[in-house]
Formats: sequence, structure tokens, C-alpha cells
Amino acid sequence: MELQAVLMAAGGGSRMMDLTYNTPKPLLPVGNRPLIWYPLNLLERAGFEEVIVITTKEVQKALSTDQRLKLDVKMKLNVECIQEDADMGTADALRHIQQKLKTDILVVSCDLITDVALHEVVDLFRAHNATLSMLMSKCTSSRRRVPVKKAEREQRDFVGVDSAGKRLLFMANEADLDEGLIIKKSVMRKHPRMHIRTGLLDAHLYCLKRSVVDFLVENKSISSLRGELVPFLVRKQFSKTSISRREEDHSDQSQKRKDATAALDEALLQLASERSCWNDHSGDMSEAYHGGRLRCYAHIMQEGTCYRVNTLTSYVEANRVAPKLFEEAAVHPSAVISERSQVGGDSIIGASCHIADKTSIKRSTIGASTIVKEKVKITNSIIMNSVTIEEGCNIQGSVICNNAVIGRGADIKYCLVGSGQRIEAEAERTNDVIVGSDQLMEI
Amino acid sequence: MADSEGNERSKQTAIINHAADEGDEKSLAEIQKAKNEGKELTKEEKLRLRKEKKQQKKGKKDDKGPTEKAPVKEKTANPPASSQPVTQNAAQKAPSAVSVPVSESTAPTDKSAKSKAELKAERRARQEAERASKQAKKEPGSQAPSSKSKAPPSELQPAVKRLPEHIQVDDPAVVRKLAKKLERQQIPLRSDYGYKVSLFSHLHQYSRKAPLTQQISIPATVIHPSIVRLGLQYSQGIVAGSNARSVALLHAFKQVIQDYSTPPNEELARDLVNKLKPYISFLNQCRPLSASMGNAIKYIKKEISNIPSQCKEEEAKKKLLSCVDSYVNEKITLAAKGISKYAIDKISDGDVILVYGCSSLVNHILCEAFEKQRKFRVIVVDSRPRLEGREALRRLVNRGIRCTYVLISAVSYVLPEVSKVFLGAHALLANGYVMSRVGTSQIALVAKAYNVPVLVCCETYKFCERVQTDSFVSNELDDPDDLIVTRKGKTHLADWQSETSLGLLNLVYDVTPPDFVDLVITELGMIPCTSVPVVLRVKNVDQ
Repeated sequence: MELQAVLMAAGGGSRMMDLTYNTPKPLLPVGNRPLIWYPLNLLERAGFEEVIVITTKEVQKALSTDQRLKLDVKMKLNVECIQEDADMGTADALRHIQQKLKTDILVVSCDLITDVALHEVVDLFRAHNATLSMLMSKCTSSRRRVPVKKAEREQRDFVGVDSAGKRLLFMANEADLDEGLIIKKSVMRKHPRMHIRTGLLDAHLYCLKRSVVDFLVENKSISSLRGELVPFLVRKQFSKTSISRREEDHSDQSQKRKDATAALDEALLQLASERSCWNDHSGDMSEAYHGGRLRCYAHIMQEGTCYRVNTLTSYVEANRVAPKLFEEAAVHPSAVISERSQVGGDSIIGASCHIADKTSIKRSTIGASTIVKEKVKITNSIIMNSVTIEEGCNIQGSVICNNAVIGRGADIKYCLVGSGQRIEAEAERTNDVIVGSDQLMEI
Repeated sequence: MADSEGNERSKQTAIINHAADEGDEKSLAEIQKAKNEGKELTKEEKLRLRKEKKQQKKGKKDDKGPTEKAPVKEKTANPPASSQPVTQNAAQKAPSAVSVPVSESTAPTDKSAKSKAELKAERRARQEAERASKQAKKEPGSQAPSSKSKAPPSELQPAVKRLPEHIQVDDPAVVRKLAKKLERQQIPLRSDYGYKVSLFSHLHQYSRKAPLTQQISIPATVIHPSIVRLGLQYSQGIVAGSNARSVALLHAFKQVIQDYSTPPNEELARDLVNKLKPYISFLNQCRPLSASMGNAIKYIKKEISNIPSQCKEEEAKKKLLSCVDSYVNEKITLAAKGISKYAIDKISDGDVILVYGCSSLVNHILCEAFEKQRKFRVIVVDSRPRLEGREALRRLVNRGIRCTYVLISAVSYVLPEVSKVFLGAHALLANGYVMSRVGTSQIALVAKAYNVPVLVCCETYKFCERVQTDSFVSNELDDPDDLIVTRKGKTHLADWQSETSLGLLNLVYDVTPPDFVDLVITELGMIPCTSVPVVLRVKNVDQ
């Protein structure tokens, strides 16, 4: 076994509470499929046969009953539940399942929608015997008007890579920096040319060595992979007492028997690298990798889609793009669409929908079991499951969540209508977020 | 008449020469018959008769395969009779062939036109029949024509040595066979990249940007993960150099053996060897195997097959692992020590030593010599696109050796001050040729011109049974995009593929003739280049 896949699906979606207060984030429909389907599909296409899914009980129940998921995903899902209110970070979750992890792991977040060729990330991990290998993407900024609750200012991430663009040299979030960027001299001495980029999207896809999991077990203070572990590893590449020394201590304690053979193997590997006439850098007098045992690599996607659905903006963006990733009939065969309605080519109609006459649906996603009555105009919107839209409505650029009812003649522009909400007839809302009163206290 | 008689005589001497060359008693009898029968038979006739008799003899021994080939060959031999003898057995028939055309041109005038035309017609009819049957048999018998076309001289040798597939890339039948074999082993086929220079179109050319791992599943199940890692490191050049590749290969095999468990009802000896076959195909697809790797694989397979069947699995595995370790120790580590001992004897104080590229063995020798307080300085010669000399330079300077660095274009300028040339080798071929990094033969040639001794350092496990006299037949083509260079932000060759008349060639190896090599230093001692087959023979006897 080379790699074990771990899917982190326990996150709360804290940055899009309006959408997730009723539906857990992994089950949010994107292009009429639950969000969790996309990373599972990515893993399946790569060739994985088994995935460990870390999620909450609610999601587990939904996963086991969701017919669609069962049909489309042929892999074996080992679902591990954690308490929803335990407030576990991703690293804590890994610690929780450490007994199940036997080899190097590939950690994926459930909100990743991408068509990256996974071998690019894993090849860096394999070829350079790296401790960490991650995926990043050149961000595409969305320019469309989307319903926003408050101004969302993203905290910038500073990522430093070497001149070849593969090795990770520096990683820090703007929030952690006080005044300016501090780069250690030891890094500059080894890598005099560094490209620092701020516009990269971290896809939260990591290949980690098994020894990192052991390290996490030891150091219980690290609770988040992205926030704490990754910057720690990137820093430790250039420190003198590197993590590998500590790893060796571990292996000594736990596997005394295998010491001799492991040492011989190490010696062979050492001999091979000594005899090899390859160096990853040129111009200075040090050996390949500057003799460092810990290496972190990143694959930066130049083209292709890569979205992380963790904000409302990205959710809307993903809904627009995701269906194009996979060839599937835009209109579900069980949907009933009247002949006198206009359904645009880039719209998606879910199962068991009823679309009445004289409706116009353009660039929108209609969820399953939705009823759309006559003379309705829907443009650039996302309508989730079991929504009822009465006659004469005009919906533009909005997100209507599950089980909502839009009264007749309503005019909704760039709004977010929460789950189960009712919009009264002849209502006119623009740039509004309509959620239940019990949600108003959430901050 | 005198003229014709003279021609007859010369013709007969030609025949006798030919027969003497052949050393075939049958033909002598034929000649007698010919002589007796006199002038009716043309030269072509005689050749044909001779061949038929020979083929009949062979046909009783072999299957119908060769005899199928033989008559066809014979047919094709006969019409251009004057040219065919030259092509078929150039070395042997050359003297006779020269005389044959001369006599032939005058011979027909003696013969009756009728018999000649008759025979020609007969021949043509036979040819057509053979051609038709060949067409009918084209599908299943695709191997026969290809090997036949590749080895016409082998008509005389009963066992045709099959050419390895990696130098027959332009033959679609061979490529198809390989594809089928890989499919059976569940290994993906790596596709060639870019335009290949026509002289080398029979070799594979891969792109580094399209690794083989694209086509296998991510948690590698069919292939052991350490083999996948190794293949990746080979194709990206992270593990480069004959010794490094062999050691890394043995390391990966150790992992495979450790993780191996015999399935029920199978014997470890046979099953493990079968398990290794797809791994070796995979590695071959990533980068063609080197001679040293080939020998290491042969050794491992032999060791595995020699495991007695009653041996328990744990014991067998331990034995195999220790075999691998001892192989590395003996053939690589201790051999390097032995070679440096001999080589240091050859290095005297005040020497100026020229080295080319980065040979791990030569670097080792120079470092040892420096530690033994020899006073010398080194000139490192380097070449594009690999620029391996920089790595050698770094290692030597790290030790404290005084070095000069030049590119290969300057080699004739620095040679007047050089006292010795030390070269590493990728493999030593059975006819004494040295296969090494491209540029080595150039250095050896120029050194010879300047009367500078050339010493090749090579461990015996790199000796291989192959015979090669030029660098075209069997070589390796590296990624052509490596030759593209970006200077001041401009890449002139960025779209070289759109230029129809431009081809980029990135050769990896070349062969140096033994006349340019003065000494080969192995752990068995210092031997001349021509003693390589002796060493091989002794090794085979040992095993």
C-alpha cells in the first residue's frame, strides 16, 4: 500500500453559515450533487479503492441513505465519526484515527472541486522522498455580483517557492505577521532566488509521510493542518535540529527489531545518492537538497479548475463551473419540463422537477424535486432541492436554499434565501439575506 | 574463343576461391559437376544449385521456418546475382565477387539464349509463387520477415539472435508485440515524443514532462511503490550514473523482497521471479536499463531461482537480502577500493589529470589519491546539456583538489598540458569497445592525437556480452527539450516542433574503440581493452 486517502468532511463551513446552518457543508448541492462527491470522484479517478472519511454523525447518516452517492462512488468508504461539538481541528482528527493509518497519507478537504492530475502532486512526493507535498492553484477572482452578508476580506497567504517553482521555502499568513515578512538568512543562503506569491489558492490537498502522523501524536498542541502543521514543516526544513532526528528517535523506540535492516537499507540509499551525479541546485558547494532530510514541495496549477467552496462567493462560482467538469446530462431524465418553457443550455435541472409553461431558466441550477410554476424567470441562480416557486416570479443572481417557498410575483435579486424560508407574494428583495430568526444571533 | 576460355578459367578460379572460402565439400563436388557439364550452366545457375543443396541440408535439420526464408532469399539472391553475393557475405565473397561480375558479363554470350530465357522464366514464376505465399502468410508470420530483413547474413548461422525491441522502434510489428506484452503485465506503454532524427528513428525518445506515472493508479497496486519511486527517479534524472542506478535498483528489490509473501500453492523461487518481470518492464519503460542493471538483475534472478523449494519463506528472504548486500559490497564498494589501489599506482606527483563528466568511480579514485598525499591537479571537461562536470567539480573542490573547468570544445587547447586521461565507463562491450557518456570517444580521440595515455576505470560487473562498433545501433535518446535554453528571457527554440526541417537530438551514450584506450583498470587488475572477452569468459565459467 502506498498511500491512504483521508477525506476531511467534518468542517462546519464557518464562513458561509447562511448556507450551512441547516445543511452540513459536505452535503451542500453543487451542480445538483453533494459537495462531498467531488473530492471522492477525484480520488476515484486517480485510482484509489478505499477512502477514510472523517465526518459527523449527521453526514454519515445522510451518506448511507443517499442513493446517488452510493451509485456513483464505487470506492469503499470507511466513515469515522467525530463529535460535532468537539471542535476538532484537522490535525486532531488525524490523531483520532492514527491507528488506521498505516502508510503515507493523502489528506483531502471535502470542499475541493478540481480536475488536477493528482499524479503531479504525488510524483513530487515520491521522487524527492518529500515529507509534505501539497497542491496550490493560481486564484481566479470572481467578478460577478453575489449576495454577501458583510465585506469578506481575505487574509492573504504569502507563499515562497524556489526558482524552479516546486520547493516550498516560506509560508505565512498575513494574520500571523506583525509588521513585515521575515525571511531567515539560512534560507536565503541556500536558496538565493525565491518567488513570493500572494495570489495562490491553497487547495488543502496534502501528501504527508507516516512519520508526520507520529509527530502529531507526540505534539498534541498542533490542532490544524493548514494553520499550524504546514508552516511548521516548511520552517523546519531549514532548522538545524530537524524533525527527522525526532522521527528517528520514534522509530528506535517502537521498532527495535527492524533497526538493523532499516539501517542497511538507509546505507544503500545513501550510497545510491552519493554515487548519483544529480543535484537539485547549482552554484554552491553543498550536496543535493543541501543535505536536508525534511523537504516540502508544492505543485502550483497553472491552468485547470480548482475551487474551494468555503465562502458564498466560491459556492456560487463553483456551481457555475462544476457541471462543466463532468459530462452529464444537464437535464435529469426524470424532470418534467413543459414544452413551452425555455431552459438554457448551461442550466442544470435536477431529478423529479416540474417546470411549468412559459418559464425561462438561464445559467441556473435547479435542485431535485423543485416545482417551478408558470411565467417564472430564473437567471444566474442556484435553486436547491424541494423549493417551490410560484407563478410570475423573477429570480436573478440568487441562492434559494432547501424547502423554501417563493410566493407569486416575487422579485428576488441577488438575495440569499435561507432554508425553509417563505417569501411572501409580490415581495421585492434586492441584495438581501433572508434567514430564519434563530440564525440572526449567529456571529 | 581464347577470350572465352580465359573467362571460363577465371570463372572457375572464382568458383574455387568461393568454394575455398566457404569450405564446403558439397560445393566442390558441384564444381566438379559443373566442370564436367561444361559451359551450359551460367554463373547464376551454379550459385543457385549450390544454395539449393545447402538449403536442403539445412532443411532436414531445421523446421520449415528457415527453409521458407531460404528459397525466398535464394530467389531474391539470383536475379541481381552480381550484387547479391557482395551484400550477403561481404567479407568472404568480396574477392570472388569482384571476379564474378567480370566473368558473368562475358559468360552469357557463350550460353544458348533459349536455356537462359527458360531458366529466367522459371525463376520468375517461382518468385511470384513465393511472394504470393508470403503475402498470405503475412499476418501470423510477421516475425519471420522482420527478422529476415534485419539479418540476411544469418542465413549461414542456424540460430538468429533476436534483436532487443528497444532498438527496433520503427518496426510496427515489434512495437505491437511490446504493447501486447505490457498489456499482459498491466504496465502502461510510454509513448514517444517529438520528431526523431532519421538516423536514430529506431530508438525511443521520451519526454520528461509526460511521466509514466500519469497512466498508473495513484496508490500503485500493480507495481510495488518503491519501484514506482525508482522509475520516477530514473526518468527525472534524480538517480543518474551507472553505479547509482544499480545500487538504487538493488535497494528497491530489497524492499520488494521484504514485502513479498508467497501466495499459496506457489513456490517462492518461481513466483518471485515472475513478480519481478513486470517491475523490470516498468523500469525499462521509464528509462532503458543500463548494462550494469542488466547484470544485477541477472544475478538476482539466478539467486532467486537457486533457492531450494524446501526453504522456509523467512529464511529464503533473509538469504536473498544478504545476497543483495554482498553483491553491492563485492561488486561496487570493494571493487571501487581495489580499482583505486591500482589507479593510485598510476598517478604520480605533478600529474595533470583530465576527467570527463561525473563518473562516481573516477571521483572516488581522485579523492583517495589526494588523501594518499599524491600531488596532482585535475582538469574537468564538461558538455551540454547535462553539465555533469559541475557536480564532479564540486565534489573534487570540496575535498581540496585543485581543479580547472573547461567545456569539451576546449579540449584540444588543454590537452598539451595533460599527462593522463581518466575516463569512467557505462559498460565495456565484448569486443573491447567502451560505452560511456557521449563525448568520451571525442576525448579519447583527441588524447590519442596528442599521445596522452587514456585509462578507463570500470568495475567488472559492468562488462556485458554485447558487441557494438558504432554509436548508432544501440543508444539512448534523451528528452530533446533539454537542449532548449533560455537566455535573457528569450527562448528561440521554444516551438522547434513546428519547424519541419529541424530536429533536436540529445544522445546519451557513445562507444570508444579500443585503439584509443590504453588501459582498463578493473578490480581484477589492469588489463588491455581487448582482454574484456577473456574476463567475461572467466566469469561465465565461475558461474
